[in-house]
Amino acid sequence: MDKFTTLTGVAAPLPMINVDTDMIIPKQFLKTIKRSGLGKNLFDEMRYDDKGNEIPDFVLNKPAYRNAKIIVSGDNFGCGSSREHAPWSLLDFGIRCIIAPSFADIFYNNCFKNGILPIRLPQEDVDKLMDDAERGENATITIDLEKQEIHGPDGGCIKFDVEPFRKHCLLNGLDDIGLTLQKGDAINDFEAKRAASQPWLSL
Amino acid sequence: MGAPKTLFDKIWESHVVDTQDDGTCLIYIDRHLVHEVTSPQAFEGLRNAGRKVRHPELTLAVPDHNVPTTDRSEGIKEEDSRIQVNTLDQNAKDTGIHYFPMNDLRQGIVHIVGPEEGFTLPGVTMVCGDSHTSTHGAFGTLAFGIGTSEVEHVLATQTLVQKPAKNMLVKVEGDLHPGVTAKDVTLAIIGRIGTAGGTGYVIEYAGSAIRSLSMEGRMTVCNMSIEGGARAGLIAPDEKTFEYIKGRPMAPKGAAFEQAVEYWKTLPSDEGAHYDKIVEIDAADIIPQVTWGTSPEDVVPVNGKVPAPSDAKDPGKQKAIARSLEYMGLTAGTNIEDIRIDRVFIGSCTNGRIEDLRAAAVIAKGRKVADHVSAMVVPGSGLVKEQAEAEGLHEIFLEAGFEWREPGCSMCLAMNPDRLEPGERCASTSNRNFEGRQGRGGRTHLLSPAMAVAAAVTGHLTDVRKLG
Repeated sequence: MDKFTTLTGVAAPLPMINVDTDMIIPKQFLKTIKRSGLGKNLFDEMRYDDKGNEIPDFVLNKPAYRNAKIIVSGDNFGCGSSREHAPWSLLDFGIRCIIAPSFADIFYNNCFKNGILPIRLPQEDVDKLMDDAERGENATITIDLEKQEIHGPDGGCIKFDVEPFRKHCLLNGLDDIGLTLQKGDAINDFEAKRAASQPWLSL
Repeated sequence: MGAPKTLFDKIWESHVVDTQDDGTCLIYIDRHLVHEVTSPQAFEGLRNAGRKVRHPELTLAVPDHNVPTTDRSEGIKEEDSRIQVNTLDQNAKDTGIHYFPMNDLRQGIVHIVGPEEGFTLPGVTMVCGDSHTSTHGAFGTLAFGIGTSEVEHVLATQTLVQKPAKNMLVKVEGDLHPGVTAKDVTLAIIGRIGTAGGTGYVIEYAGSAIRSLSMEGRMTVCNMSIEGGARAGLIAPDEKTFEYIKGRPMAPKGAAFEQAVEYWKTLPSDEGAHYDKIVEIDAADIIPQVTWGTSPEDVVPVNGKVPAPSDAKDPGKQKAIARSLEYMGLTAGTNIEDIRIDRVFIGSCTNGRIEDLRAAAVIAKGRKVADHVSAMVVPGSGLVKEQAEAEGLHEIFLEAGFEWREPGCSMCLAMNPDRLEPGERCASTSNRNFEGRQGRGGRTHLLSPAMAVAAAVTGHLTDVRKLG
């Protein structure tokens, strides 16, 4: 996983609530056995018509946002399925940060596993950043994870919360499995106790 | 005696392997379900890192999303679907996990197979790379969906890094009206709490209306927890639960079963346990429910009307309603029962169990699918199909003009050839009505199996209670 320290880039406005995982990456693209190459199908049914031509009005097709690194959106972003193809497709497109008032739990979790930072902010802060995002290339945003700050194009600064362990893993690009395997003794102890107290669980 | 605990607290606390300073926990996972869509990258990750599956015997895999529901003798025609299923075949073989391949009688939707086999047990933690893992909460199982990175983590370590959820209690008291089913209950709950109402919570369903449901009905309710934003739903185990589990192939047997039951009886929430949020619903207020829009929270009683953007206060919700109306091709103020449908889908991990098919068959018997409607029944597993055929349900469906298919996820998410054409309108017993869910441009109305049959035979959304 790539480290996430600071990020500066254009933010694409997606001013709608309940952006679901079927919108982010429709099911026909889940048939891959790889993690890579999904960026071209990010938001596929909103981005292309049924002949595969770009829909010019969709934000990521507009010249100003083709290299966006951040998405600003509404409540409950990422609701729906557990498909990690959603963060994979965002990452492959180049999106490293999503800012919204709230996120669905599984999607939120999946982002951190892939070096993407989802930031929850109060609606009024999201509204302000949405306005900035509407200004396209003239309004880059900088995210500083260490300081937990978002710097807007006009010098404003918004603080955000992130859980300490998730922050630590993102800043250092840490692999969860490696960390957990260091706790091998605790897992062995747990399994021994479980086998004694709930023997019916063994298969 | 310590402080009173909820069912969730008890399961959570008994599975903590390690706790970090910031409250992040390492929890043990007792049971892991796997399907072909969200697992190939996890197995590949293990291989690349030279890691092994820690407990193959605690993992059960089955292909369900991509499998054809028509004749399987020629295999899977679509190359990418075939590769994905073949990849699961190979990964299962290489790692020694339990596996039911496509042509095994026990194959089916992973969330139907787990309970059928007795793999799902009260008080255990269970995960799957699939958001509808919440289904298993019907047994008092802490079961939730995870991403593929977490699938890899569980395969490698049999644990997961998690923070505890908050507790929500949804209490449905009273008797359900005739014709009102578990699906109507869960849709009514989502209509009340909203699609993000359960975010950050585990929902415990309680009350006499919930207790009165069969295990199948309880699974339907827990299945839809995620549509209300909650990763997991829970129902306290009781005699119905124990009776369902007893004798299933992977369930404990004999003395071990009796010992397990004694433990399971300690699981229900203690009197006075604390919930962070409580929602109370009167069962008498619930009548058959139908969704009109593109979020499961867009739900109305069947005797209601399609809403207008101005019915919402929040500007974000107003915009969402306007967008849904356009996508769904509906006009605000239309009576729900005046909405004409083209297709009917009965099946899915929400409503593809034997009880669902029985309820559908009761309405289908002696009636005919309307001329302009194409309707299909897809049993949730090979065993459900076998049972239905033993009861003659397939003959009722075929006689009425329904197609009778092989088991799988099918048109719930249209990863196999079963899908809607643009603009087609479907009465569906599945769980999501998102844009494009059942096929690009397809329009989904979620409802119960009995309501789906009522729509099939009248050709429009219909209150099943009128069919008698």
